[in-house]
Amino acid sequence: MQENQIVFKNVSFRYQEDQPWVLKNVSFSIQSDEWVAILGHNGSGKSTIAKLMNGLLFPDQGEIFVHGIEVTPETIWDVRAKVGMVFQNPDNQFVGTTVRDDVAFGLENRGVDRLVMIKRIKESLEAVSMEDYLLHEPHRLSGGQKQRVAIAGVLAIQPDLIILDEATAMLDPRGRKEIISTVNNLRVETRVNLVTITHDLNEIVDADRVIVMNEGEVWIETSPRELFAKETELRTIGLDVPFVAKVTNRLKDTVEFSEQPLRQKELIDTLWTFHSQT
Amino acid sequence: MASSLIIGQYVPEESVVHKLDPRTKIVMIFAFVIFVFFANNGWSYLWLTAFSIGAALSTKIKLRYIARGLKPVWFLIVFTFLLHLFVTREGDVLFDIIGFPIYTGALIQGVQISMRFFLLILVTSMLTLTTTPIEITDAIETLLHPLKKVKFPVHELALMMSISLRFIPTLMQETEKISKAQASRGVDFRTGPLKERIQAVVPLLVPLFVSAFKRAEELAMAMEARGYKGGEGRSKLRELEVRARDYLAVVVFILMIVGLFLLRDM
Ligand SMILES: Nc1ncnc2c1ncn2[C@@H]1O[C@H](COP(=O)(O)OP(=O)(O)OP(=O)(O)O)[C@@H](O)[C@H]1O
Ligand SMILES: [Mg+2]
Repeated sequence: MQENQIVFKNVSFRYQEDQPWVLKNVSFSIQSDEWVAILGHNGSGKSTIAKLMNGLLFPDQGEIFVHGIEVTPETIWDVRAKVGMVFQNPDNQFVGTTVRDDVAFGLENRGVDRLVMIKRIKESLEAVSMEDYLLHEPHRLSGGQKQRVAIAGVLAIQPDLIILDEATAMLDPRGRKEIISTVNNLRVETRVNLVTITHDLNEIVDADRVIVMNEGEVWIETSPRELFAKETELRTIGLDVPFVAKVTNRLKDTVEFSEQPLRQKELIDTLWTFHSQT
Repeated sequence: MASSLIIGQYVPEESVVHKLDPRTKIVMIFAFVIFVFFANNGWSYLWLTAFSIGAALSTKIKLRYIARGLKPVWFLIVFTFLLHLFVTREGDVLFDIIGFPIYTGALIQGVQISMRFFLLILVTSMLTLTTTPIEITDAIETLLHPLKKVKFPVHELALMMSISLRFIPTLMQETEKISKAQASRGVDFRTGPLKERIQAVVPLLVPLFVSAFKRAEELAMAMEARGYKGGEGRSKLRELEVRARDYLAVVVFILMIVGLFLLRDM
């Protein structure tokens, strides 16, 4: 059941008439239950794409479809009912006076029944390991904990599309892995779309596909493996590949790789098996 | 002084008063504020004082703590008393203090007014002492609910209050951060002539306002993204519930008022 669930058709956007285009003729589509990472340097237009997907902004040219609905000022509430989005700054999206109230906010907006709300709040806070902080106020939480709460708020509304706009930037590597795998498991189980936005290539390893943005244009659309091989090209647009990819790309002349390794383990396996062959 | 003033501070305790529905508390305190003006003789004031102190005791907050917290208010109470004592000229002259005649009427009025003042402060401070700000917000939202009919933005007001509550500590932390950052650049808020100190506040306020506006904008966007579209069709997680103890409190309160009116005629 592969359908195009999110479609950008020749989308151009600028914040003001007299300002340069932030997005230039951007087209891509995302299939159902796919995990797509959007990658790009600062100011390349990633967050703008996220806001367009949610009807927080509207394209000046082109069309956007989310799960069959065209995003227009008339349809925004239908679209937002399906989309859960976590923004970059965890402090400025925390609405409630406590963790519990904040997770409840999205549910309250949707008119969810109180008893269902309590159950979903509990489950989603457990999913991000924040169940012990139920009554904490935001100023007693670290940045990373606030991000976890924001993610719980999105999980609680059970969306069809989850957009994480650098939402794990403040988590330590272990916390990031934990949260991403939680969200990813949910994606597999409930067939939601996942869009993660980042400028760190370490975070795209597990994604199905990567859309690389440069100066408001789609620079390339590819798989993580193929992207890791393009070390020199990536450097020209201000992005740096992870250590594993660097080592691989240096060794390519001497070692034969059947495919570009993504993780350290894959690289090591290739290396020791290669060694034993010769 | 700011830290010793307890008006507006919440003190968590496990007392009946804390557990009362915030609406019950607000309504009773509001009624109390009105009925204080019905007291007209020594017995009725004594009765009201006994009730207030009884209520204060039942909050399980130490009376000493409350008394200490009301310290800045004591001054006002004493001041009001003295003012009335010297200014009012009713009844017989009781005695002279260095040429000032003191009248009986003045003494009575001075005591009355300062008693009222004391009772009002004590009882109203008990609301904030035993109720979290968010509970008060919820209570105001439900109590003002009927005003929706005349297009009064009740839900918006309550949301505004709860968002302010949520951001006050954040902005305080930020003020602290900015003031440290500016102090490290040599801006001095604490010493020097008043004019210079006021000028030193400008580099504190400007970044604070800039960041507050940025926060507000981002928050509005995040709220929209999370599906907020006004009070219509919203459900609520925090629910206020009137329980047996609320009815009991109201009965006790009404008995107290009946007692007050009986004592009035004595
Ligand atoms: N509200 C706004 N008004 C005007 N211009 C804006 C606004 N928000 C972003 N821009 C501009 O649009 C461009 C793209 O911004 P965007 O936030 O989409 O970048 P980004 O890829 O998310 O960057 P980052 O990695 O820093 O988050 C930038 O040049 C930025 O200056
Ligand atoms: Mg961004």
